[in-house]
Parts: sequence; C-alpha cells; structure tokens
Amino acid sequence: MEIQRTKSLMQRGKIGNCTVYCVKTHRRRLRLPFRLVSSPSIKFEMMWKLGFAFLLVAAASICEAAAIFSPISEAHRSAALELFSPAAGMFTSLEEASESLRTFEVLGIEIGTDLKDSTCKSVVDALSSGSPNSKDLYYALRVSSVLKCKISEGDLTGGVALRLKDFVKDAKSLLDFYYSIGGLVLIKDQASEVDVLLEDADGIFRSVKDLSQSDGKWRYNSNNPESSTYAAGIALETLSGIITLKSSEIDGNLIHALKKDVVKLFDNVDKYDDGAYYFDDQFVDASGHQGPVSATSSVVRGLTTLASTSGSLNIPGDKILGLARFFLGIGVPGTGKDLYYQIDALACLDQNRVLVPLILSLPASVLSITSQDKLKVKVTTVLGSTGPPLSVKLMQVFSSGSKDASIINKELKFDHKEAVHVLDALPAGVDVGEYVFAFEIALSDLEHKKIYATGGRTKVPVYVTGVVKVENDKVEVLESDSVETQQKLDLPGKNDVALAANHLQKLRFSFQLTTPLQNPFKPHQALLKLRHESGVEHSFVVGNSGKLFETTLDFLGLVENFFYLSGKYDIELTVGDAAMENSFLQPLGHIELDLPDAPEKSARPPAQPINPYLRYGPKPEIAHVFRSQEKRPPQELSYAFLGLVFVPFLAFLIGLLRLGVNMKNFPTSTIPAAFAILFHGGIAAVLGLYGLFWLKLDLFTTLKTLGVMGIFLMFVGHRALSHLASASEKVKSA
Amino acid sequence: MGKSPTTKDDAQALFHSLRSAYSATPTNLKIIDLYVVFAVFTALIQVVYMAVVGSFPFNSFLSGVLSCVGTAVLAVCLRIQVNKENKEFKDLPPERAFADFVLCNLVLHLVIMNFLG
Repeated sequence: MEIQRTKSLMQRGKIGNCTVYCVKTHRRRLRLPFRLVSSPSIKFEMMWKLGFAFLLVAAASICEAAAIFSPISEAHRSAALELFSPAAGMFTSLEEASESLRTFEVLGIEIGTDLKDSTCKSVVDALSSGSPNSKDLYYALRVSSVLKCKISEGDLTGGVALRLKDFVKDAKSLLDFYYSIGGLVLIKDQASEVDVLLEDADGIFRSVKDLSQSDGKWRYNSNNPESSTYAAGIALETLSGIITLKSSEIDGNLIHALKKDVVKLFDNVDKYDDGAYYFDDQFVDASGHQGPVSATSSVVRGLTTLASTSGSLNIPGDKILGLARFFLGIGVPGTGKDLYYQIDALACLDQNRVLVPLILSLPASVLSITSQDKLKVKVTTVLGSTGPPLSVKLMQVFSSGSKDASIINKELKFDHKEAVHVLDALPAGVDVGEYVFAFEIALSDLEHKKIYATGGRTKVPVYVTGVVKVENDKVEVLESDSVETQQKLDLPGKNDVALAANHLQKLRFSFQLTTPLQNPFKPHQALLKLRHESGVEHSFVVGNSGKLFETTLDFLGLVENFFYLSGKYDIELTVGDAAMENSFLQPLGHIELDLPDAPEKSARPPAQPINPYLRYGPKPEIAHVFRSQEKRPPQELSYAFLGLVFVPFLAFLIGLLRLGVNMKNFPTSTIPAAFAILFHGGIAAVLGLYGLFWLKLDLFTTLKTLGVMGIFLMFVGHRALSHLASASEKVKSA
Repeated sequence: MGKSPTTKDDAQALFHSLRSAYSATPTNLKIIDLYVVFAVFTALIQVVYMAVVGSFPFNSFLSGVLSCVGTAVLAVCLRIQVNKENKEFKDLPPERAFADFVLCNLVLHLVIMNFLG
C-alpha cells in the first residue's frame, strides 16, 4: 500500500506551493522504526531524524498544497463532441452508445435525429433478438432510457423482463446479477406497467452480499479470490437495484451491515495532498477496467444509488468533497472512457442524498494592482449549477516566501448579477508576488449542513502583478574607490551612456526596485550583459542587499575572462519577474574598455557563430572558359586532296582494264549465279553498313546488324566459292 | 668508253629482263599487285596531306593510313597464298584464300570505321 501510494503521488503533477516537502508528507511515513540504542553515532542519527521529522510536521500543517478546482466547463463539452462523435454516423456498440449518450445528456449536448433514430432501431433489434447475453439487454435498455425510445410496443418489454428474471435466477457471478437487475430497474423506469418485482429479493440480496470481503472490496464470483473496488461499486449499485425491485421486505440487518461495509470501503481510500480522495485498483479484470478513474467512478455511482434507495450513509463531508476534487482535478481526460467515468461520477455527485459537494473556484487567479482587479470567487456544484445561499470569508493570506500568514477574516460581497462573491479591495499588505488565499464557506441555512459538503478551509493560489518602479539607477566608473564619472539613468526607458575605462578601474551599477505599495521588490532575474563588438558576450547577475541592487565589475580581475579584448562593449540590462508587469530588457549604451595586450598563452575568445548566409548562401558564379578551337586548314585545300585521293583509285581501275579483266569465271547457271550475286551484294551491304556506322549509327547497333549480315554472308560466300572451287577442280582434272 | 654505256645498258637490260619476267606472271597476281600499289599510293597522299595541314584529328589520319596499309598487307598475304609457284600453300584452294582476304578486310575496316571518328 505504501509503495503504491508513493508511486501515484510521484506521478501527479499538481500546482502546489511546496513541491519538495509535500511529496514526503504523509503521516504514516513519519513513524520511524528506530530502537533506543545508546551508541553515539546512532544517537546522532536519531536526533537528526527527529529534527527532520519535526520540520516535516511543521511544514505539513501549512503545506497542504493549494490548488484551484474548477467545475465542468466548455472545454469538457468540446472534448465530449470530439471523443464521442460516432464514426460513419452510427455507434459501434450499445455499450459505447450508452456511454456517449449519458455524457451528452449530462453536458446538455443535443444529438441529431438521424443518429437518434438509428440508435433506437438498434436498441429495438437488440431487445427483440433472442440474445443469451444479459449484457446486451442491459446496455440496450440504458440507451433507450436516455433517448426515450419507444420500446413499450407490443409485449417487447414484457418479454425482456421475463428473460431478465430468468437471468437473475441463473446468475452466478457479480456481473450477471448487475446486468440483469440493472435491466429490470431500467424497465421499471421506462415501462411502469410491466411487472418487474423479484420474488426472492432477500435471497438474491444475500447471494450478492456473499461476494463481499471484509476490507470492503467485492469479488466477481465465488471461484475467483481476486477482489476489486470497481466490483464494490457495481455490487452497491446491484444491491440498491434489488432494494428498488423488492416485492417483500428485505431484512433490515442486511441493509445495516451493507452500510457498514461501505464505511469500511472508505478506510482504504487514497489521498492526494490537495485534498483529492480516490480509490485505486491494482489488477485488470476481464472487462479491461483499470485505474483510479474507473474504480472511483464506480464507487461513487454505487454509493449514491444506494443512498437514494435506502437512506443516507454515514460518510464524512471531506471525503465526498475529496472525491469531487479528484474528478475535477483530472481536467479534461484524453480518452472517451475516462471522460465518461468523470462526467458520470460528477453527475451522480451533483445531486445525491449523501452530501452534495460545493466547489470554490476562481474565474481569474491573476490580479493586477495597476488595473485594480477585484478578487472574484464562485461557489457552485460540480457541474456548475448554483449552490444554496451562503457566504464566503477570506480567512488567511499566506505569502509565498514566508511561512506566517496574516489573519484577515473578511467577508466577500455577493454580486447577484454575476453570481460571484467579490472582495472589494485586496487586504492591506498584499503587494506584487505569489500568495495563497484561504477561504471558508459558511452556509446561510444550518439545515443545509446535512445536505451540502463545503469542506473547511479551501486554499487557492493567487498571483498579484503590478508595475515596479526603478529608482536611483546610476552607473559609475570608479578609480580606486573614488568616483570618476557618474551617469544617471532613466530606467525602464531608453538610455544611451558613453563611458570609458581601463583595466585598473571598476564599473559600478546600482538601482532600487519598489512595488506599488512602496516595498522593496526582488525580481527573479536581474542581469547585466556586456557585449564586445566582435560578438563575445559576458553576463553578470546583479546582486542585492536589502533594498539596493548593485554590481561592481572590477576589470583587473575580469581581464582574463574578457579574453584581453579591448574596444567598445555594449551594455544591456535585463530585469524580469512573472509578477512584474513591466519587465524590461534595455540597452544602456556602451563603454570603451582599454585592456592590456594578451600574453601568449592566454585563452582565445570563443568562436562566434558564422553568418549562415556567407557559408550556405550562393557562391560567386564561375564563368567557364572553353578551349579555343584548333586551327583547321582552308576548305579548298581539303577538297583538293579529297580529289587527289581518288586518283589512285581511278588509276587502279584503268590498270585493271589494261590488264584485261573479264568476268568469264562468273557462274552461268541460275543458282550459283544467284549465290554469287548475293555474295557480292552482301559485301557491298556490309561496306554500306560501315558507311552508316561512320555517319550516324552506334557500335552496338552496327555490331548487331553486322552479326546478322555476317552469318548470311558466310553462308552465301561459302556456297559461291565452293561452287567456284569445284568448277576449277573439274577444269584441273579434265 | 665501254664502262658507262655498260652501266646504262646494264640498267636497261636489267629493267627489260624484269619487265619480261614480270609479264610472265599470271593475270590474277598482277591484279593483286596493282591493288597493292593503289593502296600504297593512297596512303602516301594521306601522309602528304598530314604534312601540309598538321596532324590535328590524329585518329582520323591514323585510321586512314592504317586502312591503306592494312589492306595492302592483306593483299600481299592473298598473293602469297594464291601463287601457284609457292609450294607451301599447294593444298590451299585459292577460293579459301580469297574468302580469308574478304573476311579480314571486313574486320579491318570495321575497326578503321570505329577509329575514324
């Protein structure tokens, strides 16, 4: 239990004034298990632990974290519309439909008639189908109770009621009971003429009650020993359903014992420091429910239903208020299921017969002294509806820095038009800064104390902002503690001072800050920055002693830090705080520093970031200079030699004629003649291909074509030449 | 007085005997010789052109010259193989030698055309 609690404490991030202490604050942890042993080192440890424990107790009394809880707002409505809009215009299941519709009902969101009709139709289908599952019937009836579908036609509801009664008789596990009895209760609300009363209400009550455990949790069925708080909530709802449906009286002792079980359940409730109470389950059951939201929501639903059927329960007001705070502290959940659990639980808490929690919230928690904002406080129910007549008193104001508080006890005026309680003027002494205001609600009618839970003191963080004045601001150059030059400044306006100093002098800069109430103010940041013309920067924190803010720069000591860079330094002052309305960052002017030269081994100043445009921007364009063309001979000369080259060819032809060439060996019969012609033609074609290759073809095409032609040529040539060879053989032999 | 006319006569006699011997060669061999002479002359003209204008597209010059020289060499090979007085190639039919000549020329000219640019 301890480990689990610590883990969940660590997970929560709340607005609190004291984050460090509050994590450890829980009364049980302070029971330190030490024994009285007299050895000195252990004694010292004991004393240290005791002292620390005392400090923690002291801190704990003040340190209940302050937080603002706001009732349900427009953000929840828009989240509901976003999370629950059914895809393709229809809900995927009746369970999802019941969750979405319940959320819309509570938040006051209307759904379209098409969706309504289609969902009602699926409800009627589910009710008339012979489904053996009581879960489907239960969710169908839930949907129809929200949408007010017409299901009383014919004997539909009557038949469903009979089937549900059979389910009740055969029920073994908690969920079976829950669905069947829940369904019968829903039928009773919608179709009052149908007979839904249970005969053996007492026996059924006992069989459900048998599943309870001594620590207040419930089991899902008698076989499975695992129990959960979620099951407890379901069981309470089931039992209150049985009470509603009883035909005969249930034993009063049983109901009394049940109420005691509920009180026992609250012994296991977990708590956050800001006053939120919740229940957490550790295991995931078959339905996939897990986590504090679903468990707490189920318990809230169960106990409010039980209170409405069998009279009020004895649960203290701060626990009910704590449960409401838990749900409001979630904000707007991210998943549909969590949003449904949150909204459903808050709707149950809004009007219940145990105690109705009243939430104190601030519409604006940041007040400005300059515009004289008035503190406004709203007290509403969890869903935002107005509460009973009451008065709000401001009891104490804690300042963030100190632990003591001023006691005020001032009543706020109620503004009927806006329904807020207004504080006319801020208490005396509330200056610029962070405060925690402690309010107390007092109900006008004492009878209402039994109906509403207001919860003692409510602590709320408030931020007060204002304009901070700068006074006595001046900058001086000192020569061995005597002022050489002094210049007054006009902060937070513009300034432009021009100073000069060498490394033997000092620069002193001082100012005072006062709040609108003439108190000294300590801002979160006060920095003086000197920037050299080359870009190297140095920052100094302006320290303060009481009222005066002052910093003295001794250049003799800073020479090395400044990397021995002499020259013009720009001065800039930054003063800022969250509560300061006029935080400023002002350039003050410049100072000419004359520093000695750097010795050889000194550190170089850090490299300044390079102008990205120089490095990554476009580079100058390079104009390519092409190689000048080679000198070519004049065209006439080339043509002359072209002609000259053909001369030997002509001489060759003439010589051939003179030698007396003839074509006598050319074959005369047709086939060999054809081959011979093809042979010569093939050679001519190959030479033509070479010509084409030179002119425009590429090597690959040429080679491909050449391959084809070559094969043809080989074949043809072989035939032609072999014919010639055989002819000459015949001549030789003859 | 008899020596110089002897030299001149010797030269003339030598020339005449060569001519008469040459005219005894078969006609097909003479055709091949004429082809060789034609190829060599073409190569010479190309070299003279290069000497005149410079060797700028050197690859073209080389391919031109080598085409002529290559084909001349192949023709000489053909002449050797076809010559009936050559005992070495007695069994080789001249048609086969001619086919080789054609094939080698085609390959040579493919390379030449590629190198011509």
